[in-house]
Amino acid sequence: MMKDVIVIGGGAGGLAAAIETHQSRKDVLLIERETFLGGILNQCIHNGFGLEVFKEEYTGPEYADQFIETFLEEKIDYLLDTTVIGLRKENDVFFVKTSSEKDGIRFFQAKAVVVSTGSYERTRGQISIPGDRPYGVITAGSAQRYLNIDGLLIGKKVFVLGSGDIGLIMARRMKLEGAEVLGVAEIMPHSNGLTRNIVQCLNDFDIPLYLSHTVTEIIGDDENRLSKIKVSKVDESFKPIEGTEKEFEVDTLLLSIGLIPDVTLLDELKVEIDSRTKSVKVNQAYETNIEGLFVCGNALQVHDLVDNVTLESKRAGQAVNRYLDKGKADVHQSIYLNPGNNLGYVTPQRIDMDIIQDYITLSFRSNKKMEKAICKVFQNEDIIFEKKLVFVLPAEMETIKLPFEKINEVGDIRVELEVRS
Amino acid sequence: MKKEFICIVCPRGCHVSVDDEMNITGNQCPRGKTYVENELIAPTRILTTTVRTSFEDQPRISCKTDKPIPKELIFEAMKIINHIMIDKDISIGDIIIENILDTNVNIIATKPSRKKE
Repeated sequence: MMKDVIVIGGGAGGLAAAIETHQSRKDVLLIERETFLGGILNQCIHNGFGLEVFKEEYTGPEYADQFIETFLEEKIDYLLDTTVIGLRKENDVFFVKTSSEKDGIRFFQAKAVVVSTGSYERTRGQISIPGDRPYGVITAGSAQRYLNIDGLLIGKKVFVLGSGDIGLIMARRMKLEGAEVLGVAEIMPHSNGLTRNIVQCLNDFDIPLYLSHTVTEIIGDDENRLSKIKVSKVDESFKPIEGTEKEFEVDTLLLSIGLIPDVTLLDELKVEIDSRTKSVKVNQAYETNIEGLFVCGNALQVHDLVDNVTLESKRAGQAVNRYLDKGKADVHQSIYLNPGNNLGYVTPQRIDMDIIQDYITLSFRSNKKMEKAICKVFQNEDIIFEKKLVFVLPAEMETIKLPFEKINEVGDIRVELEVRS
Repeated sequence: MKKEFICIVCPRGCHVSVDDEMNITGNQCPRGKTYVENELIAPTRILTTTVRTSFEDQPRISCKTDKPIPKELIFEAMKIINHIMIDKDISIGDIIIENILDTNVNIIATKPSRKKE
């Protein structure tokens, strides 16, 4: 059975991409590993979603439902409780191998594939906290799932390491459900979460935020359950400062130390990887170096706002439509984009000049906080585009629209941020 | 004396200041002004949480207050919500608790119960 497009992942990104392609009369199959659609939005029961897309303030499940309803009305083919375990391409056809309890191993074929598999959480192993290995050290997103979907409060005395949004939201959430939340430690001198979450989740509930602090030791009891952590202030090179150590008696340490795009599925394919985004490199159509393979949402770059995932995935869906309608783009000239001063990364990493659009949406993250900034786009050392920005923060992804007509046929592009006086 | 607020109406997080004459500056939209005025007089919040259900495949359904409630009533509201058990199908927006704590605010579902196929 040959599909026009297979969408892998039924969260915000996958739903938007699937709807977009189906509305353009493509034969679509969406594959979701959970037993429900909507992805991570289902556990994000707090509000603040949809201000950009709907001009309304929804909770995560309500936001998801807007798309699930449309998806179901469109009568798009989908599989739940089904995991994609293999993806390869032969003679212009993608072979998608799935596994499910009900149907065992199956294969599907498609002309194009959209990977919208989201991201995974960084764990203790990635930051090497010294000490014991007891129960009770868990990523904030996992705790969120246990609490909001399964109804299980995983601890009563909680400390949070990392000030990412999920950690802040879980600090409030566990407090509301009766746990004691002793504090949040952030190794950086600034918070990694959205400002509103610092106010709403910590200040509102008198939960202290320890900036420039980190957990320096994890201590378990005789039954190998978490009993104590040590927290120290760090210097500019993030080394713990002697004599600043505090002890907290806790049964739970939540880790909110960052997300990594989940593109492990693409290991079998020879995709180009960007070490900055820790995901694949794409062109302005969200297409990888493998023709017909598109990546969007948190699988491409970690977003702070789901609205941006929706908008990006809609654009990716439109690009899939273009690809299926016109066939292979005959690429003569590609221009490569690189992040310059004060930029952590920029996507897309490549502009194919044969795919003509009115403008190209550039997404990037700054390395430092700037109250007023100017984004400069250089090509061949000439500034081809400038955009003023306000309140640029490392915690918030920025997007700008680069008019296609400003781009020269030859020469790589560098995107920079400068403080504007 | 100036009072500083961070507006939390939207993710932008405007830094808003208020002086003694109640002049409000720094907000990028009118909602910021309303927010700061409310914070000064009677701070309110939308409460989002979950309720228990009797459904085996969906032990919790998410819910929220349909309007902001006074900040100091949040924990009392939680106590009431945590005593509720949903045992029949429910849609988004359905009222779970009417007029909680005499606030004229309802607790409504933010997720539908899962339909059996």
